Amino acid sequence: MSAAGMSTQQDPKTDGQQPVETSKQPYLSRPSIPDNDERSDSSEGERPPLPPRPNTLSLLNDETGSRAALQAEATTAISRTDIETQSPEATDSAYSTLAIRGLGQGPKARASLSQLASPRGSEAGDSASIRSSIPNDSGDVEALFMDFAAIAPGSQRQGATGLLDFPEFAADDINDDGILSEFEAIGELNEEGDNEDLLLQRWKAKRKHYVILSAAGKPIWTRHGDSGLISGYVGVIQTIISFYEDSNDHLRGFSAGDTRFVVLTRGSLHLVAISRMMESDNQLRLQLEALYTQILSTLTLPSLTHLFSVRPSTDLSRPLQGSETLLSSLADSFTRGSPSTLLSALECLKIRKQHRQAINNALLKTKASSLLYGLLVAGGRLVSVVRPKKHSLHPGDLQLLFNMVFEADGVKAGGGESWIPVCLPGFNSSGYLYMYVSFLDIRDDTANSAEITKDESVAIVLISPDKEAFFEMQGMRDALVEQMERNGSLKEIKTAIDNGRPATTDIVPGTVLHHFLYKSRANVQFTMSSYAPEFSSVTRRRRLMSMYNNLHASIHAKNTHVKIHHCVSRSATSFGWVTPVFELYCIAEPNTNRNALAQSASKIAQWVQREEERLFIIGGAVF
Amino acid sequence: MSESASANAPKPSSSVKLVLLGEAAVGKSSLVLRFVNNDFQENKEPTIGAAFLTQKCSLPTRTIKFEIWDTAGQERFASLAPMYYRNAQAALVVYDVTKPSSLTKAKHWVAELQRQASPGIVIALVGNKLDLTNDGGDVSEAAGAAQSESESAQDGDEGAGEEDEVQDAVSGDARKVSTREATSYAEEEGLLFFETSAKTGTNVVDVFTAIANAIPESSLKTGRGTGAGTGQTSLGNRSAEDSRVNLGDRHAATAKEGCAC
Repeated sequence: MSAAGMSTQQDPKTDGQQPVETSKQPYLSRPSIPDNDERSDSSEGERPPLPPRPNTLSLLNDETGSRAALQAEATTAISRTDIETQSPEATDSAYSTLAIRGLGQGPKARASLSQLASPRGSEAGDSASIRSSIPNDSGDVEALFMDFAAIAPGSQRQGATGLLDFPEFAADDINDDGILSEFEAIGELNEEGDNEDLLLQRWKAKRKHYVILSAAGKPIWTRHGDSGLISGYVGVIQTIISFYEDSNDHLRGFSAGDTRFVVLTRGSLHLVAISRMMESDNQLRLQLEALYTQILSTLTLPSLTHLFSVRPSTDLSRPLQGSETLLSSLADSFTRGSPSTLLSALECLKIRKQHRQAINNALLKTKASSLLYGLLVAGGRLVSVVRPKKHSLHPGDLQLLFNMVFEADGVKAGGGESWIPVCLPGFNSSGYLYMYVSFLDIRDDTANSAEITKDESVAIVLISPDKEAFFEMQGMRDALVEQMERNGSLKEIKTAIDNGRPATTDIVPGTVLHHFLYKSRANVQFTMSSYAPEFSSVTRRRRLMSMYNNLHASIHAKNTHVKIHHCVSRSATSFGWVTPVFELYCIAEPNTNRNALAQSASKIAQWVQREEERLFIIGGAVF
Repeated sequence: MSESASANAPKPSSSVKLVLLGEAAVGKSSLVLRFVNNDFQENKEPTIGAAFLTQKCSLPTRTIKFEIWDTAGQERFASLAPMYYRNAQAALVVYDVTKPSSLTKAKHWVAELQRQASPGIVIALVGNKLDLTNDGGDVSEAAGAAQSESESAQDGDEGAGEEDEVQDAVSGDARKVSTREATSYAEEEGLLFFETSAKTGTNVVDVFTAIANAIPESSLKTGRGTGAGTGQTSLGNRSAEDSRVNLGDRHAATAKEGCAC
């Protein structure tokens, strides 16, 4: 595999600590702003070591503060005006100021902006690439990729085969059965205990493990096997971790052969991910963080803290009883490969602006007085949201909710309406909210109701701080459904679900791209092309996600400030492009012409921009 | 009243709030699923919070619409239980016949209900997972009703006792709670008692029918005789009734009329 990365020049002085105010200064509209001496010096002479990459990705690296490390910033917090500042005749400054205003709202995002917008010698080139991030003519794109065409090694390899026909990474070299067996239970010890060796053998065969243990060394949860079976291993893990703890040098991760171990410590909990699936430390840490928020969501932070402060040797598996399936389904979605987790963003159902507006209006019209958040979700994709002005929703919280509602069977299989106490750590980790969940049957024929697939199921999720509000929420649901039936919204949702995600060739006819992920940074939402037909199977989808994981890790690796990453390999060409506004990742066949790739990528970006209000929820219904 | 008559003539209908309580994994949701959808899922995932379902049950003289609160059995949800059993007219306290600790938990629930719930609440004690015992599918006799005055109940006790002895001799029987133990407890506390299998469906509908019959008509605020469509809104019926349940009536009312759902 040969890779060619192009990183832009960077200013070592701009780091994550740069205050908001700075980033809001309209540098770019005042290009004459004097460079300060220190800066111009440093860009010439020897560079000091770069500070940790401070942009949105810093939450991947964030080791401090569990709240701060929530997966992403509020999703719908950005009002439409921020987005619409962008005009087609964007000048150099318009784009950057937009980005500053859009992203600057979150503390995490600020730094990256200040970095890109900082004044320095290379400003012209830098803003040029920003300007061309949504190129208006192809000439711009050519320019953008010109130099990199020169330095990239020849990619016309002999013997290349079809896209991802064989695994890019050895870790993915398994067939469908292999990946499916990953999720199978390893069985239980029989009464004589003579099958322990067999079970351990099966346990070791898993490619991915998650283990949660208390600081006192008690196993709390493990994805595979039970605590009895693996207690020996938990003891080893505990010993290794505490060895480093004792010397005040916290263990973050280590490798053994092709296996990567990543440790995350939160309060009295150690969360350990063990992976042979080519995931980066940051990606694994993000997954552990999500598991931790699931625990918080079950218990709340104060009660978790209390349990361990009263008795450090508390067996947390008891209070967590019944939520194991939530942890497992979350873990499995990571193992299967989740664009949502990779990008720390949400996916929305693509629907016409006016239809979304109609649904928003219905939500607002029927809003119950004790409602906090109201969500309409179609198979894990958000259709519409109603929320109070001062509270936005956090993608991390929504990930937990969607996992609970759509992935774990506990809610859906019940067949009725559910009323669930849940703590949303991103909203407030200290108390419970109450969530009403009702699934809608929107299909024409209600005969085979058992065969609703996950992607087809539509749920109304209404969240209230009042634990007695079930019947109020039920009333709102009834009114909402009636409204949406009357104004045809239900039919529109059904149509949108049936349409599915577009294929890349629907967007750009004849494109070389086979799949893409596009994340809108301001909206903290993403959109992607259809998995079908090429990536429908679990294996191929896993391979695709490995490509994306790899691409994402390369782009967001510490201390690199790559804007474009082009990676050529035997089985695929992958291409990543990061601007202050979006992140675009795409996959094409091996031997794909670089210009064709670049043109397609920019067409995708243009398409997303054109369809923005259909693809993303901008603001949502606010009361 | 003949069956055909009851089917043709519009019957008054009324809502009954029913709550399911019991230790985790005894099969509460499975009982409900069997009753509401006549369905069973192996390895069902634990309920989170509580689920709300409705199902109609047709009696000879009226239709009962059950509003069922299927609660999660985990300890951490216990503090929410009062919200669900408050104003409930009926409760199903479920234990697992293969797990003695679950009966202990059930007794706690019964005590709590008797202390805190509406005075007129009809409580049924249900031992689930009968399919795991040797008297699996074919025993409906074992699930006698715990009527203090009923001779038949005593017969049932004896029968169950004999069975227990037989079971002990046969290996592969997972039963750990004898029918006799549970029956005598139910008798003491004045509870309806059934042993069920949500998996095979044994006795499930019978439990709900028995409850429907045990709810005194006086506690059902129905516009009697005004025909169909008089079903009250759920809110209207949720208020507690103080009238005591006369469990003695149940036997006559149950008859052979099943639940038509």
